[in-house]
Amino acid sequence: MSAEWPLWEVFVRAKRGLSHIHVGSLHAPDATMAVRNARDVYTRRGEGVSIWVVPSDQITASSPDEKDAFFDPAGDKVYRHPTFYDVPVEAKHL
Amino acid sequence: MTTQRYALALGDDALILAQRLGEWVARAPELEEDVALANIALDLLGQARTLLTYAGELEGAGRDEDALAYWRDDRDFRNVLLVELPNGDFAVTMARQLVFAAYQYELYDRLRGSADETVAAVAGKAVKEVHYHRDHATQWVLRLGDGTDESRRRMVAGLETVWPYVDELFEPFDGADVDPTALREPWTAYVHGVLAEAGLSVPEPTASRRGGRDGLHTEHLGYLLAELQHLHRSHPGATW
Repeated sequence: MSAEWPLWEVFVRAKRGLSHIHVGSLHAPDATMAVRNARDVYTRRGEGVSIWVVPSDQITASSPDEKDAFFDPAGDKVYRHPTFYDVPVEAKHL
Repeated sequence: MTTQRYALALGDDALILAQRLGEWVARAPELEEDVALANIALDLLGQARTLLTYAGELEGAGRDEDALAYWRDDRDFRNVLLVELPNGDFAVTMARQLVFAAYQYELYDRLRGSADETVAAVAGKAVKEVHYHRDHATQWVLRLGDGTDESRRRMVAGLETVWPYVDELFEPFDGADVDPTALREPWTAYVHGVLAEAGLSVPEPTASRRGGRDGLHTEHLGYLLAELQHLHRSHPGATW
């Protein structure tokens, strides 16, 4: 039976003002039941105030094979961080 | 003021159904349902603990929740027969959950207005819990009733299994905070609505089974209590 139930990714918002955070995945026959299963599996200790579920097969992910080309070039671009720049003393209220 | 009989009856309903639902743990069709049914069982166990503790206080004989849960024999339990029935397959359990959670919802919704502060407080917390129990059962009855030929066949059989035990929920109860007979109409509106949406017929009325409130139980309760009570009776006061 497991094979027939699709996988869902679960995102929980811990409280108002925070973002939904990915907490894990689960099986459910449809979206309505996925939200309920998520409530039972991931919020039973008061972890959340809002739940999103997304079919796992609807997520397009970067490939581990592309890891070097995707992420390594950002490693030495210190000028992309705002702290790289000196702020003139005359510039107030930045 | 709530009567001891009434607190005991409601507490026993919750305790026995909690024990039954606990039997699904590690046996439900999916891991997610294991957790869902365990959550529901624990909600009911929480209600049972408060209600049995209160029943003990009202009795005034020094019996606490453990004394009432573990040291009474089946003839002294006051739960309705519906909650002690064996789980059957998942559809039987969902049929019972729909029937019982819809009943408990109407009950607790009204008990919030009880003049008895303890009972009103229990009901205020429990009504949210059973609202979810009712929704959980509703979702499954809709899917099984309106699913495959096999799921529909099982759902129809499940409803027929539990239906003879429905009338007992709404029998008059001397000393009740809320008259059970008044719950039948809103219960019917909800449950019949779900069945209609699922494309299921309301089962034909049959001879109704009763006696639980007077301690006259089915043969199933003794086995359930043996499992529930044997540890505590073998090792009184055991904790971990």
